[in-house]
Amino acid sequence: MVTELLFYLLSFVAILCAIMMIFSKNPVHSILYLIATFFAIAGHYFLLNAQFLGMVHIIVYAGAIMVLFLYVIMMLNLNEDAEPVKSKLQKITATLAGGMLMLVLIASLKNAELKTQMPGNEDIGLVTALGNILFNDYLLPFELSSLLLLSAMIGAVFLSKR
Amino acid sequence: MVTYIVIKLFLVLFVFVLALTVAAYSTYGERKVSAWMQDRIGPDRAGPFGLLQPLADGIKMFTKEELIPSSSSKYLFILGPSIAMLTALMAGVVIPWAGPIEMFGQQVSFQVSDINIGILYIFSVVSIGVYGIMIGGWASNNKYSLLGALRASSQMISYEIAMGLAIVALVMKSGTLSLGEIVAQQEGSWMNVIYQPLGFLIFLICAFAETNRAPFDLPECETELIGGYHTEYSSMKLGLFLFAEYINMFVSSAVISSLYFGGYNLPFSHLWGLTGGWLAAAQFGFFFLKIVFFIFLFMWVRWTIPRFRYDQLLHLGWKILLPLAIFNIIITGLVMWANGQLS
Repeated sequence: MVTELLFYLLSFVAILCAIMMIFSKNPVHSILYLIATFFAIAGHYFLLNAQFLGMVHIIVYAGAIMVLFLYVIMMLNLNEDAEPVKSKLQKITATLAGGMLMLVLIASLKNAELKTQMPGNEDIGLVTALGNILFNDYLLPFELSSLLLLSAMIGAVFLSKR
Repeated sequence: MVTYIVIKLFLVLFVFVLALTVAAYSTYGERKVSAWMQDRIGPDRAGPFGLLQPLADGIKMFTKEELIPSSSSKYLFILGPSIAMLTALMAGVVIPWAGPIEMFGQQVSFQVSDINIGILYIFSVVSIGVYGIMIGGWASNNKYSLLGALRASSQMISYEIAMGLAIVALVMKSGTLSLGEIVAQQEGSWMNVIYQPLGFLIFLICAFAETNRAPFDLPECETELIGGYHTEYSSMKLGLFLFAEYINMFVSSAVISSLYFGGYNLPFSHLWGLTGGWLAAAQFGFFFLKIVFFIFLFMWVRWTIPRFRYDQLLHLGWKILLPLAIFNIIITGLVMWANGQLS
C-alpha cells in the first residue's frame, strides 16, 4: 500500500520534473529539474530494494555528471537572451524526429510484459548479490565495458593534450 | 513497533541537537584556537570565558537585515543555503554513536539506520552537498560568487575521486560497506589506521578539501574573491552557509573516527568492567573525544598552513593523491593475496 503510493508519487515527480526540464527557458533551471528527476528515479531503485544501484545512481549522475553539466553551463553563462533561435525548418524536423522516436518506443514497449515484482529473490539488488553476479556470470562483459571506459578516458586526455 | 519508532525519533533528535551544538561551539573553539596560536585572548566578553559567544553570534545573525539582490534568482538564492544545511545534517544518520544495548526488552542500536551501504550513503550526501554552494553562488548573480561556485564544484569533483579510491582499499580490507559493521570489526583488534595508513592520509586530506577548509578554502578565498560563493548573502542565510561548514567538519570527524580509529570502541574494553548503559555511555564519551580531537586537527591545520594556489590544488588532487590512492589499492590487494584472504 505504502509502496504503491510511493511509486505513484515518485513517478509523478520524475515525469513532472522531466517535463519541466524540457520547458524551462533557463538552462540552469533545466539542469536542476534533471537532478530532481534523477533523485526520483533513485527512489524507484530503493523501492525495488536495489540500494546499491540507487546510491550509485545518485553518486554518479546527480553527484558527478550533473555537477559537471552545471559547471559547464555556468562557465558558458547561457541565459534567455543568449539562447540561439532555431529556424522554423529545424524546429519542424526536430519535432518529427522526436515524434518518430516516441512511436518506435511505444511500439516496442506496448507488448512488453508488465511486472510489478522483482524476479527471483529480493536481495538481487544488494551489493553482495550484485557483485557475485557481475564477477561470476558476467565477468567478460564487465571487464570489456571497463576497458571501453578506460579507452574513452585515455582518448579524452589525449584530445586535451593536442 | 511503536517503541522502535519512538527510540529512532529520539535518536534523530539527539543527533540533530548534537550536530548543532557541536557546530555552534566549534565556532567558539575556532576563535579560541586561533587566538591561542596567534598569542591573543580571543572572545572573552559574553559569559565566563566567552562561553556564551555562539549564542550572541546566533542572535546577531538572526537580527541582521536580510538582503536578496534584485538581480538574483530569488528561489534559487534561498534554495542554496537550505541545501547546504540539509545535506550537512543528513550524513549523521548512518554513524554508530555507541554499541547496541538491551533496553525496553529489545536490542537498541545507537545508529539511526544501519543501511548496508552506509559508506556510499555518506559519499552521496557529500557529493550532493556541493549543489548548495553552486546554486547559491550562481543565483547571487555576482562574478565573485560565480567564481567561488565554480571553484567549489571542480575541487569537490577532483577530491571525491581520490576519497572514493581511499575508501575502496578500506572496503577491501573490511569486506563490507556498512559503517556499523566496520566499527564492530575493529572491536578487540587493531584500528583500521594501522592497516591503512596511506588510505587514512588520503582520506584526511580529501576531507579537508570536501569541507572547504583551509588550506583548501579556495571557494571563499577572501584575497581573490571577496567572500567567494557567499559574497551576496547576509543575515541567517550567510549563517546557514557558515554553520553548514562546521557541521560538515563535525560529521567528517565522526566518519574519520569510525572508519579509521575504531569509532565508539574503547581501548582494552574488557579491562574496564563496564556493562549495559554505562558501557554505551563510556563508548559514546570516548567516540566524542576522538571527534573533538579531529575537529581540533581541522582548526590546527587551518591556522598553520597557508592556502594553496588553485593550480597547486588541482595538481595535488589529480597527480599526487589519485595515483597514491590507486597504489594503495594495489598494495592492499597484494597483501590480502599474500595472506590468503582472497579466495
